Amino acid sequence: MLLAIIFTIFAAITIISAGMVVFSQNIVYSAFSLLFTFFGIAGLYVLLAADFLAATQLLIYVGGILVLLLFGVMLTHKIHEVNLSNESMRLAPAAIVVLSFLGLLSIVVYRTQWPTVPVPELTPTTARIGTLFMTDYLLPFEIASLVLLTALVGAVFIARGRVKK
Amino acid sequence: MNMIVLEHYLLVGAILFCLGFFCVLTRRNAVAVLMGVELIFNAANLNFVAFARFGTLNIDGIMFAIFIIMLAAAEATVALAIVLNIYRQLDTVNLDEADLMKG
Repeated sequence: MLLAIIFTIFAAITIISAGMVVFSQNIVYSAFSLLFTFFGIAGLYVLLAADFLAATQLLIYVGGILVLLLFGVMLTHKIHEVNLSNESMRLAPAAIVVLSFLGLLSIVVYRTQWPTVPVPELTPTTARIGTLFMTDYLLPFEIASLVLLTALVGAVFIARGRVKK
Repeated sequence: MNMIVLEHYLLVGAILFCLGFFCVLTRRNAVAVLMGVELIFNAANLNFVAFARFGTLNIDGIMFAIFIIMLAAAEATVALAIVLNIYRQLDTVNLDEADLMKG
């Protein structure tokens, strides 16, 4: 019973703030609503017994990606414009497409016989994740570090502008 | 005892995905479109973790979610760099005005 209440609270936080991200007229409000969406998702991860992933979600999404998006908002608006506009376009066709897709997804979710197993005991996952990174997932782990390095160098190269000689 | 089953998490993921999809389709501002992409990433991640808990995916689902978060971070950095460059060139980040490659 308690779990159901907590799940409902976190799901409501996630979905309502995601709705504010999508429908807010001010892009700064959208960015700050995204903070609460990430927070709600982290809560759902805790309910799903993914403790390490919840901490990662908070550190990387809230501490990294959200700050980056706010930098993007601030740097791409002329500072004297008071209303940071956040217009939408072609709302009606997009609403039709998205609502029909949502209907399709809910039919799929409820009609399919999902292969579920009995829910295992709550155990900390961090040690197992660390072991897997160094054994089964060693190659993806190394490729991930290469991808991050490439993204870092590429982002600096793209964003620095033209160098004057 | 436990009334919250796999379907509830999948439904939250589906709603989150559709909101992100709507954001990508309708927003004019490129940074707002990036926010929609982040919502879609989170919806996919939630499904992976839900299947890791209730399904047969086990801890591999969590590993997948970690790699997805890593790729989302890389994607956000490069996309923001491209958006800043577009802003410097065209003085706008509205996607319908950045049409230099249109024939």
